[in-house]
Amino acid sequence: MKVVVCVKQIPDPNTTGQLDPTTHLLKRDGVEVVLDPGDEFGVEAGLQLVEAHGGEVTVVSMGPERGLDAVRKALAMGAGKGVLISDDGLRGSDALTTARVLAAAIRREGFDLVITATESTDGYTGVVPQMIAELLDVPAVTFAKTVEVDGTTLKVKRQTEAGFDLVEASLPAVVSVTAGVNEPRYPSLKGIMGAKSKPLDRVTPGDLGLDGAGGRTAGQSITSVEPAPQRAAGSIVKDDGEGYKKIVEFLAEKKVI
Amino acid sequence: MSLAKIWVFVEIAGGKPAPVALELLTRARSLASTVEAVAFAPDAAQAAVDLGAHGATTLYAGTDPLWADLLLGGPAADALATLIEEHKPDLVLFGMTYNSRDVAGRLAAKLGVPVIANGLDLSSEDGVAVQSSVFGATLDVTTRFESSGPAIAIIRPKSFPAEPTGGGPATVSPVTAPIDEKHRAARVTDRVADVAAGPKLEEASIVISGGRGLGDPKNFELLDQLASVLGNAAVGASRAVVDAGWVPYAMQVGQTGKTVKPAVYLAFGISGAMQHTVGMKGAKAIVAVNRDENAPIFKLADLGVVGDALKVLPALVEELQRRRS
Repeated sequence: MKVVVCVKQIPDPNTTGQLDPTTHLLKRDGVEVVLDPGDEFGVEAGLQLVEAHGGEVTVVSMGPERGLDAVRKALAMGAGKGVLISDDGLRGSDALTTARVLAAAIRREGFDLVITATESTDGYTGVVPQMIAELLDVPAVTFAKTVEVDGTTLKVKRQTEAGFDLVEASLPAVVSVTAGVNEPRYPSLKGIMGAKSKPLDRVTPGDLGLDGAGGRTAGQSITSVEPAPQRAAGSIVKDDGEGYKKIVEFLAEKKVI
Repeated sequence: MSLAKIWVFVEIAGGKPAPVALELLTRARSLASTVEAVAFAPDAAQAAVDLGAHGATTLYAGTDPLWADLLLGGPAADALATLIEEHKPDLVLFGMTYNSRDVAGRLAAKLGVPVIANGLDLSSEDGVAVQSSVFGATLDVTTRFESSGPAIAIIRPKSFPAEPTGGGPATVSPVTAPIDEKHRAARVTDRVADVAAGPKLEEASIVISGGRGLGDPKNFELLDQLASVLGNAAVGASRAVVDAGWVPYAMQVGQTGKTVKPAVYLAFGISGAMQHTVGMKGAKAIVAVNRDENAPIFKLADLGVVGDALKVLPALVEELQRRRS
């Protein structure tokens, strides 16, 4: 089975992101970057599937040069091949441009199953997986809590507002996995060393037959960025064993008890 | 400048429109002269009364029985694209829900137009613009659509109140185009409702959330106990504990989870990462308990207790039980 997992390198989610005041693009300089924690679940899901059914996991990522670290981490976890699509013209790409680039790379690799996170932790539009599926003309089974493959059928427990749906889709398909769907493995030392000799393709949108459609051609623009209004500070007390009483008083004051 | 026509995509459950659809219709009324709704479900037509009461004049309804069994995204995007071609709305609004995101994403890719997600408000001066907040709601960003073709925006639930106009039912316009055979490749074989006691996270007037500071998944029982003694309370969680597999994704409050706006939000053992606060900073009042006095959650809290959540929680439950008896 040929599994393609989409991953993204993002600014460390534990730091506050910033936008450049003039370009309104994400400031990337001097910011720690990591493999999006949400993507680790996708890589793990792919690895478990090929361990059970045979085949290989290819990781595909769009992003600047430093995105290589994210791809390498996935290779160290056990993926067989990496593809990084980089181009200055892709800076500031919106969801649709991102999906077009990823879909073109995935099509070139060939796939039975594409796995993504439900959304990136930095941009979190949560529509790229569906867009990729539309561009590849296959079903998108999103928000998967579990992922199994039986022959050529994908079986998923899909998160819903009320609980979950059991969904079956024939392969090829796109599936997006929620956090907590599995326990992502840590790369072993052997994995990290082995990753260095695994194939890693560096491509441009041109290599994929795309005409460099990037941020500037995306049909939307940021017109203003303002600091959000802050909440007024409240009262902070140290728990001396009777902190709970303060909470009870507060709840009574708010008339919820 | 007012828009000519806004559409609201409506998810239907048991013949009822999803609450977010009524919120979106309410907001759309003040932005466009014509507001219409689109829904695909065997019992979609039943929603015409509620949708009409909130301002929709027409309900385009696809009622093929097959809609009950299909994943909504693919076929709904197809049907919408055809309808949009014919009726040319300026803006199509979706709620930020699991299914609507599928439809909006596929529709945008099909039409080749951008989509703006995580919207919190809309404006229509000088084209359609969407307000959203980024980086843990530290920045408010306005994004304007610049392409031709319909603007597609996905708005977080609870961004607006739902207010009826007292209008009559929407006129039902049947959508009769057949569903493409290829969409049968993905089917819902069963629907399972979680048997969570008490109110839904988004609807509870009190939300109690737990994070890493609870130390162990089993300590979420303390939050359940607190919820049951308070009544009309639901239990949520931070991303850290969802990622760690302690509790299901459905309980996650925050950027990638649910947005809640309860009367009171109680955070136990949650540091207040931006990822979390974006989903709860709209609460009317916030109480936080955390061992670390420098935890960012205390910047938002109306009442902060610096201490061990595992000590405070049992005492709090006991005191509330005592008061009740």
